[in-house]
Amino acid sequence: MSDFLSANLPYILTGISVGGQYALIAIGYTMVYGILRLINFAHGDVFMVAGLVMIYTTASLPMYISIPIVLIATVLLGFLIERVAYKPLRSAPRMSVMISAIGVSYLLQNCALYFTGGLPQTYPSIPWLSSSVTIWNATTKMVTIVTPILTIVLVFALAAMIKYTKIGMAMRAVSKDFETSQLMGIKINSVISFTFIVGCFLAAVGSLLYFTNYQSVIPTSGAMPGLKAFVAAVFGGIGSIPGAVIGAFLIGICENIIKGLGLTTFSDAFTFVLLIVILMVKPTGIFGEKATDKV
Amino acid sequence: MKKIIALVLVLCLALALCACGGGKAKEESNVIKIGVYEPQSGDNGAGGKQEILGMQYANYKTPTVEVGGKTYNVELVIADNESSNDKAVSAATKLISSGCSVVLGSYGSGVSIAASDTFAEAGLAAIGVTCTNPQVTQGNDHYFRICFLDPFQGTVLANFAHDTLGAKTAYCLGQLGNDYDQGLVNYFKQAAEALGMKVVTAEFPENNSDFTSYLTSAKNEGADVIFAPCSISYAQLIVEQADAQGIQMPLLAGDTWDSNAILAAAEGKNVQIYVSTFYAEGGDPDFEKGIKEWLNSNSEAMTNNGGNDMIAAVSVMGYDAYYTALEAIKKAGSADKADILATLPSVTLSGVSGAIAFDDTGDAIRDSAYIKQANTSDVVWDFVTVAKVG
Amino acid sequence: MGKKLNNALNASMRNPLNADRRTDRFVGIVLLAVLYIVLFLLDNFLPQTSFTLMMIPVLKKGAIYSLLCVSMNLLNGFTGLFSLGQAGFMLLGAYTYAIFSIPESQHEAVYQYFGGGAVRFSFSEAIGSVLGANAGSWLGAIIAIIIAGLVAAGFAALIGIPVLRLKSDYLAIATLGFAEIIRAVFQWEGLGVITNGSNLLRKYTSFSNMKIGSLSFATLFPFLIVTVCIALIVLLINSSYGRAFKAIRDDEVAAEAMGINLFRHKMLSFVISSFFAGVGGALLAMYQTTIQAAAFKTAMTYEILLMVVIGGIGSISGSCIAAFLYTACNEWWLRFLDSGHLGSLSVPFFRDGFRKVIFSIIIMVIVLFFSRGIMGDRELSFTGLMKRRKAKKTAQPEERGSENA
Repeated sequence: MSDFLSANLPYILTGISVGGQYALIAIGYTMVYGILRLINFAHGDVFMVAGLVMIYTTASLPMYISIPIVLIATVLLGFLIERVAYKPLRSAPRMSVMISAIGVSYLLQNCALYFTGGLPQTYPSIPWLSSSVTIWNATTKMVTIVTPILTIVLVFALAAMIKYTKIGMAMRAVSKDFETSQLMGIKINSVISFTFIVGCFLAAVGSLLYFTNYQSVIPTSGAMPGLKAFVAAVFGGIGSIPGAVIGAFLIGICENIIKGLGLTTFSDAFTFVLLIVILMVKPTGIFGEKATDKV
Repeated sequence: MKKIIALVLVLCLALALCACGGGKAKEESNVIKIGVYEPQSGDNGAGGKQEILGMQYANYKTPTVEVGGKTYNVELVIADNESSNDKAVSAATKLISSGCSVVLGSYGSGVSIAASDTFAEAGLAAIGVTCTNPQVTQGNDHYFRICFLDPFQGTVLANFAHDTLGAKTAYCLGQLGNDYDQGLVNYFKQAAEALGMKVVTAEFPENNSDFTSYLTSAKNEGADVIFAPCSISYAQLIVEQADAQGIQMPLLAGDTWDSNAILAAAEGKNVQIYVSTFYAEGGDPDFEKGIKEWLNSNSEAMTNNGGNDMIAAVSVMGYDAYYTALEAIKKAGSADKADILATLPSVTLSGVSGAIAFDDTGDAIRDSAYIKQANTSDVVWDFVTVAKVG
Repeated sequence: MGKKLNNALNASMRNPLNADRRTDRFVGIVLLAVLYIVLFLLDNFLPQTSFTLMMIPVLKKGAIYSLLCVSMNLLNGFTGLFSLGQAGFMLLGAYTYAIFSIPESQHEAVYQYFGGGAVRFSFSEAIGSVLGANAGSWLGAIIAIIIAGLVAAGFAALIGIPVLRLKSDYLAIATLGFAEIIRAVFQWEGLGVITNGSNLLRKYTSFSNMKIGSLSFATLFPFLIVTVCIALIVLLINSSYGRAFKAIRDDEVAAEAMGINLFRHKMLSFVISSFFAGVGGALLAMYQTTIQAAAFKTAMTYEILLMVVIGGIGSISGSCIAAFLYTACNEWWLRFLDSGHLGSLSVPFFRDGFRKVIFSIIIMVIVLFFSRGIMGDRELSFTGLMKRRKAKKTAQPEERGSENA
């Protein structure tokens, strides 16, 4: 039994840790979708940029200054993207906004390519998080254990904010009905900006945890986690925060079990199969509300 | 609005003409152009840049060539193939259209094969620098290469794993969809199984960054050695995660891992890394001293080399490739691409990485590879042995 | 030309709509013929300068991407289905084409890890052995291209049954997922005897094999195929099916109320679009001379989507123009941005990757400020251009007077 445990525990541990990182990104997707009905394809790239900013700031500044800088810079980037690329298209068809998101993603990747010169950049070690720990003979990094805990704490904080604060109430109202909430005097633009700020803040935290674990940043680093996180968001019911978190953990764990079974070729394909199955069976996801079509 | 679009388009065209004009202005009679067909972005961007460094240093050292009593300046024309087969044709055409006499490259066999037909149609000779897949030269009279091949490298590594490391089980990890990884894994597997070893293979998808599950599987399979001939960006992650997971078994890889980026990732970590490669430090002290001075005086080259003055084997190969091309131009006695193509099979050179001569298929006649181990405390490669086959 | 134009203009007085269409068709055919002749000359007689050398691959790739854009436009622009599975269908087409075109003698070399592969049949070779090598390459390539399209269409029909029930964003994500799954399957070692796993397929019939006697049709061939395909798509769009597609795009509920079978028409559009994506994939395989599943990433779909947007969603001529412009800028005109100097001037920030940054900024500007693209949803037409010119002239009568004089 203990042999079995020590042999297979690493898969589960990794799964939970990866799931936690996906969760932090997935929340950004799900919140934006809930409010704007927009798949923010650039979100994964914002996550990658956060990683690069960390690398460049730690090159000249100590860790305790660079971490806040990373958080602020990422939030600013998210805010800026929304103002420049999405706000002008608010009344445009949904497809145009999605294309704009793809454009932003393309731009961020190409800028990253230009600044890094295409060379993989090594992420700095964060003192305590990068150290190794051993649980039941399974050695792993501290960050693997910290990630799920931090994720859950942040999610509860976010849930409390949405439930009890004024801005949270405004966000709920906007996601229920865009036009009506506008008529009720809610400042739509500041609510949307706030949503992007929160989403990007979580993506920045996610990037800190993710790249501490996988210390190499390349321009396409954000693409896969971004896509997986999006699948997680759809899986859990897009627009629902607990759904996104549970979906992310499920996908993270399943993916690593698949790898553990030796079906490594299909670990990515599996995620998409899962997505298509859930879309067929229950298009609104596990926790999604049943949407009524507005005719 | 339409006016602005029109303006933008006109601007594009003007810029294009500008570029064309710029190209034409430089077409002087005393210049010989050597094409450099290398990735500068994408998965193999880092390796491609280091390979170019070797050529640039060689060009810096010997910027002229004497043909028929006249001294020509040698100019390197670099085209980025973006490590991607669908950009291969236009990158290759760019070199052809700028009038190159001979082409060097590429790092990565897939892009070399993809551009091969384009070079063939133009009758342009290409010298492969570190593309190790047999298909690059097979049936292509115009493609030559100065490095060893994958079947050789796979066998060398399998022998090393079996004889020196005493491995009985090997876990092979390659990138899904990458022909270099899968090819080398295949040859390693053949050789290892012939030696009576057990081989388990696994693939990871592109842009994968979590290798902990693969490493756990290797452990669970009871592997004595992990063979992971992947590109540098994944290699860094594997080294890092192997250390974090306390993986004790040696990591074995091919020529791609012989890079200072891997050493940087392995610095101070408890991992054993062995690579087979083209060149071992200390092989030619004069050359090393020279290229280090050049790297230290050229900040852009330094950045492209990963921020330090360690010499990658691919740079050495790039350096040798440049001199092979010069030798061919000298021997042909002209800068005409057809003459060079006809002369190349008979070109011989005593390069930094060893003697270079081509066999009937256009491959270098090489019977030895260097095996090196990463020294994680001094951050250098320690020479282990010279491996031969046969 | 002038006389004919006058005749046409006179005719347009009598029956403006029909006559306009006839003029357009006439001018279109003349222009196409001129284009074909120019391409034919380019292939065979024109001198190989650095300009023409660079132009040929750009023209070929531009033509292929025109078809891919138009096929995507049929789905996204005319039927209003936001699908991101283009790369997957292209992959199917490219692989089908390559597998059925590798000559027997090359199998050992190409499938070097898989004992020469399982499918050892090449249309070009089979026909070539009866009718001669040149006829073999032409007919073999055309048959293989059609089969490539059919395979892509077949998969689309299978995938469409579950996926087409989904609405906008979900459809996009599901088709994107399918493309990724197809890619993983094609890279799987288990299917290696057919797909060659992660390795390249090569040595199949390519554009340079397209010859009659000693005359080369290397550039003309893709144009011929692409124009036929685009003409078919145009005919479809102008038919009653096309009108049904547009009705679905504009308002699904209203279209259904009008008696249009939603699922059937969506499926039709999806399958036809995939057919042409498959054909485009096959042509791309011919252009590249080697293919590898790894290249057919989501990024490829995004690239095509961006071309469609630049050209104008819902405009076929826009898609074609954008495809050529995009390819030319990306692979040719803007390359100097990477070279480190402008003319003889050395510019430090011009280094590799700068081209792509500038390029993505241009794309963002178009998406944000000219969201209708080059053509909007209109089509480029000769009579349209003439009318606009006339309208301008009437607005400035003095100028017209001086011109006439």
